[in-house]
Amino acid sequence: MDSPIGQAPDPVPADPVPVRPAAGVGSAAADPAVAAAVADAHRREWAFVLAATVRVTRDLDLAEECVQDAYTRALGTWGTTGIPARPGAWLTTVARRRALDLLRRDATAQRVLPLLVTDQALAAAGPEAADLAAPADAAGPGIADDRLRLVFTCCHPALSTEAQVALSLRLLCGLSTAEVARAFLVSEATMAARITRAKKKIAAARIPYRVPPRAELTDRVDAVLTVLHLLFSTGYAAPTGDVLMRADLVDRSLDLARMLRMLLPGRHEVAGLMALILLTDARRDARADSAGRLILLADQDRARWDAAKIAEGTALVREALTQRPPGRFTLMAAIAAVHDGAPAFADTDWPQIVGLYDLLMRSWPSPVVELNRAVAVGFADGPAAGLVALDALAASPELAGYGYLAAARADFLRLLGRTGEARLAYEEALLLTGNAVEREFLATRLDQLGS
Amino acid sequence: MSQYLILIYADEAQWAGATPEENAQLTKEHMEFGQRHAGVLRGGNALQATSTATSVRPGQDGGVTVTDGPFAETKEALGGYYVVEAADLDQALAVAKDVPTRFGGVEVRPVWEVM
Repeated sequence: MDSPIGQAPDPVPADPVPVRPAAGVGSAAADPAVAAAVADAHRREWAFVLAATVRVTRDLDLAEECVQDAYTRALGTWGTTGIPARPGAWLTTVARRRALDLLRRDATAQRVLPLLVTDQALAAAGPEAADLAAPADAAGPGIADDRLRLVFTCCHPALSTEAQVALSLRLLCGLSTAEVARAFLVSEATMAARITRAKKKIAAARIPYRVPPRAELTDRVDAVLTVLHLLFSTGYAAPTGDVLMRADLVDRSLDLARMLRMLLPGRHEVAGLMALILLTDARRDARADSAGRLILLADQDRARWDAAKIAEGTALVREALTQRPPGRFTLMAAIAAVHDGAPAFADTDWPQIVGLYDLLMRSWPSPVVELNRAVAVGFADGPAAGLVALDALAASPELAGYGYLAAARADFLRLLGRTGEARLAYEEALLLTGNAVEREFLATRLDQLGS
Repeated sequence: MSQYLILIYADEAQWAGATPEENAQLTKEHMEFGQRHAGVLRGGNALQATSTATSVRPGQDGGVTVTDGPFAETKEALGGYYVVEAADLDQALAVAKDVPTRFGGVEVRPVWEVM
């Protein structure tokens, strides 16, 4: 078949191979090195390739289809041609060629959804002129903007938070609908409907495919960071289910934070969120024993913390703290950094942590922050003081039904030797906790109280 | 360019209790809003209260049933609307955020484009 755009950088097969490369890491026939290279390119370059292809198609579904097809072709082609020096550029060229081909053939067909609204300059140029001559290079500023366009579209405030999270995993990380559904423990049909509805709204309500103007950027970046933080916390402390954390979600949130950091280097809150993820996730291997049981911060083997992540996160939090006043993610990261910096639990600088929670309460007042502050007070000034701080929160309607409040009370009561009350509080916490690993931990504590 | 309908919803009970001064002030704010956005406004009206509404639905045997009252009884009822022309949702939302609202808020809906 003729190529509408001239020479491709590497030979491309005439027909697509019907295999989805994604997380499934290729077919049995594929060379393992090629399969690994494709999987790596999938993880690193999906958003880059998709964003560059959307520029041509101005249609998310069509772009996804073409990018999927490009990865499939890579699996079939790289074995004979060798793995290209710049896989992202190869994939982008192939995906865009496919898109132009389909657009040309489909020119007269009735289109279901309207085209995405893009910047006037992009729209005026038309798909044929969408700088196909320009090298599809990760270093190009135009392409970096494309990825940001995709990020801000996925995390547009006119979409529900659930939809923002789902679209981010799907369009920025390239997860399949089934994978996104598994991550949030909903059926594939439910997730497919959620994603379809969101894409339809983007097109029909004309949510623009662009980087917001400077005046709106702070709010819009905050919306993106909120999605990434939700992704991270869902992975780190899975609210329900049999395992304590879902490492895949944590890894994806770190990947996305890294990408955002590269695209928006001057934004302190981006550095703050990336630091928070690194400094919290650094304790991953020490958080559960070999049987998957929860180990509290106090009892963790700190030698098992990831020193590289702590170093990277600490440097980022220092940089983020130069902004006054520091944002909420930066303050949360600073708290994590204080924990990570203590050689032993007994060495924790609790007064500093209480002070950071005070600052956090000022910029981001919330009952959960207040609860964490009360726990820190308990460690700084003793369990009696902690209990007083916790009891002041008992009336908060937002915390009614929040298992961590009951669990924290139970711990302080236990330390004070008020065993009967501690037992009641552990029992309450058990009733309110959905995560199996956390439930087992609470049950063990309850057993240890004796009768 | 596309058109969006900005639907203004308000609590009618509160609305009915407003003083003449409050009503005059709100009218003035809408006039000013209209001047500020004259370039993109394509229409708009305030509506009489839902107590004046009449609903028409398909009835039995292929006929129609006419009933007194709004189509759906809600605390916050449609009280007026604007039609704006905007390049995208962000532009429409910028206008919507500027609509004077007292006892409720607004909903922004894209108008179905007839190709």
